[in-house]
Amino acid sequence: MMLLRTWMIMWKEFRQIARDPRMLAVVVALPTFMILLYGYAINLDVRAVRMAVYDQSRSPQSRELVNAFARSGYFRVIAYPGNDREVTALLDGGRARMVLIIPARFARRLADGETAPVQVLMDGADSTTASTALGYAADILQQYSSHVALEAARRAGLTAPATGQPVENRARYWYNPELRSNHFTIPGLIAVILMMLAALLTSVTVVRERERGTIEGLLASPVRPLELMLGKLAPYVLIAFGDVLLVMAVSAVVFHVPLVGSPALVLALAGIFVIAALGIGLLISTVAPTQQVAMVAAVMATQLPTVLLSGFIFPISSMPQAVQLLTALIPATHFIRILRGIFLKGNTLAILWQPALVLAVIAVAMVLLSANRFRRTL
Amino acid sequence: MTRTRGEAAVTISGLVKTFGRFTAVDQISLTVGRGEIFGFLGANGAGKSTTIRMLCGILAPTAGSGTVAGLDIVRETEQIKTRIGYMSQRFSLYDDLTVTENIEFFGEIYGVYGARLARRTAWILAMANLRERQDSLTGELAMGWKQRLALGCAMVHEPEMLFLDEPTAGVDPASRRRFWELIYAAAEQGVTIFVTTHYMDEAEHCDRLALMHRGRIIALGTPAELKDGYMAGTLLEVRAEPVMAALERLSSLPAVREVALFGSALHAVVGGPDEADDVRAALDAAGIRVERLAPARPSLDDVFVALIEQAERGA
Ligand SMILES: Nc1ncnc2c1ncn2[C@@H]1O[C@H](COP(=O)(O)OP(=O)(O)O)[C@@H](O)[C@H]1O
Ligand SMILES: [Mg+2]
Repeated sequence: MMLLRTWMIMWKEFRQIARDPRMLAVVVALPTFMILLYGYAINLDVRAVRMAVYDQSRSPQSRELVNAFARSGYFRVIAYPGNDREVTALLDGGRARMVLIIPARFARRLADGETAPVQVLMDGADSTTASTALGYAADILQQYSSHVALEAARRAGLTAPATGQPVENRARYWYNPELRSNHFTIPGLIAVILMMLAALLTSVTVVRERERGTIEGLLASPVRPLELMLGKLAPYVLIAFGDVLLVMAVSAVVFHVPLVGSPALVLALAGIFVIAALGIGLLISTVAPTQQVAMVAAVMATQLPTVLLSGFIFPISSMPQAVQLLTALIPATHFIRILRGIFLKGNTLAILWQPALVLAVIAVAMVLLSANRFRRTL
Repeated sequence: MTRTRGEAAVTISGLVKTFGRFTAVDQISLTVGRGEIFGFLGANGAGKSTTIRMLCGILAPTAGSGTVAGLDIVRETEQIKTRIGYMSQRFSLYDDLTVTENIEFFGEIYGVYGARLARRTAWILAMANLRERQDSLTGELAMGWKQRLALGCAMVHEPEMLFLDEPTAGVDPASRRRFWELIYAAAEQGVTIFVTTHYMDEAEHCDRLALMHRGRIIALGTPAELKDGYMAGTLLEVRAEPVMAALERLSSLPAVREVALFGSALHAVVGGPDEADDVRAALDAAGIRVERLAPARPSLDDVFVALIEQAERGA
């Protein structure tokens, strides 16, 4: 293994990259564009759900309940329908996502200490938003009813209510207390973008030499496959690392994703992750017949599994057993675990060594496999 | 490592290359002596590049054996690669590197660096007359310059053998002449040259030639040997009006084995010089005006046309 030859391949690649203006666009514009686009598009937060209130009670109590909804920030009252037909029209037309119906006897029943049912109609077409919003609605109703119970007890002259105190659910979310979906999705997004970008970068590097005919000069020379692979990989490791910094900076500045753990650890493990991704691109490049096929293959082979199976959007724990095994083969699965661990929980290497090791093994395996698959002959 | 080397730079025996069911190189055998300029001729698709690639260790033979510089072309390809220079048919330097960057790149991957690289770079720039263009991007050079640079890069590590695959394809005659001067100069330094071409005038420059047709070698020898020995019969040069009628009449004569149009003249092959009068009589009888009809020394073109037609009839 001759270092000089590896070095020369790397030096040559650098010169070629530096002279290719399209490369700059891919390396800088693509990741920035992607993180902004995805970051805003994949926003799972539920805010300001449009709601309508059919208040048949028209009492101070009912107004207080409606206020509780409005104050929460999760809901915005946009209409006060006066009959069932208007309610249906609002939901059908999609103007309101939710309707709160307060019966006429609401205030009376509260005053009598009876259970006062209210009805919540939810547009279930977007089930994710619907279930989240329903959760918030239940919370608000729960809080309201305990508030009412407390008031009633006080009026009854009890200093500390002995009985009938509603049990309050005091679940508390750790690590992402506001449950901002951004804080959860952006680390996954970083993995998705880096994965695709890195694989794309190396996917054309070998097949381009085949298409241009320069491969023949290399094959006839003493350069060995592993020297060629390492020499081709090295410049892209630096470039991809630059993209790691870029993507991290954008997510910090634009999406305010806080980093609880060590920045150095994030960067080090991101370095291993991009080498694994670059290795996948390299492998594609050694077997693809043309540059175009290689690029399409790189996007397909990285985007789909990364988005669907890495736990980026769909939790791995709710996948079938066989699919869960499959997810372990995807580098992003491990990297997303690492990123969420460091970003949200401040995990250290002592906790994350396992996914880090898996990434390193994938990286080495990809490079060796590429060298092995690279035909030394035409 | 010491190795006793024979006088042969290249030996090939029963070499075969098939692609699927197609046989591109079919049982060829030949020997190239050290210091020779060996020409490998044949039409497109004859199998020249395939043969050269097997010799350079970038294509594995299907069957047969061979040596290059005394090294086995199947088992010792890596050693062969350091000893030879190869200029592929398709330009294989990097268009987006400059002239000197290409020289540096190929120099260093062949283990030429430091003072030796500087010396070789200067030599190549002088040889290829590229000093003024040394910082130009290679892709911006005219074809003739590119090919001289490719030759230089193939020689950067001072190989003992050069394999040149159609090095002058697609360049103007002046550049071709220049290029052949460089080949001669290399040969004078003792470098063995194995060159493919389909230009007949270039074939005349070679010490020895092999003519390849459909994967087989159908003739092998010096240009003079080929002209004298392979031509069974006598070549008549015929100038007649109208020429196409003459061509038709000649090809229908049983005495004429082959006839072909060369420029404005016809070349006809007959059994012996004494058949010239019969041919003239036949043309006269057909009302064709014969301006000239005389035996001529065949050119390599004639020889190859005759040999290929012979091979086609035999096939
Ligand atoms: N890699 C390959 N796969 C299939 N056929 C090939 C391959 N390389 C060459 N051939 C075929 O082998 C024949 C000889 O090609 P080649 O050696 O390039 O001829 P030449 O150099 O004499 O023009 C051609 O018919 C060509 O199409
Ligand atoms: Mg050829």
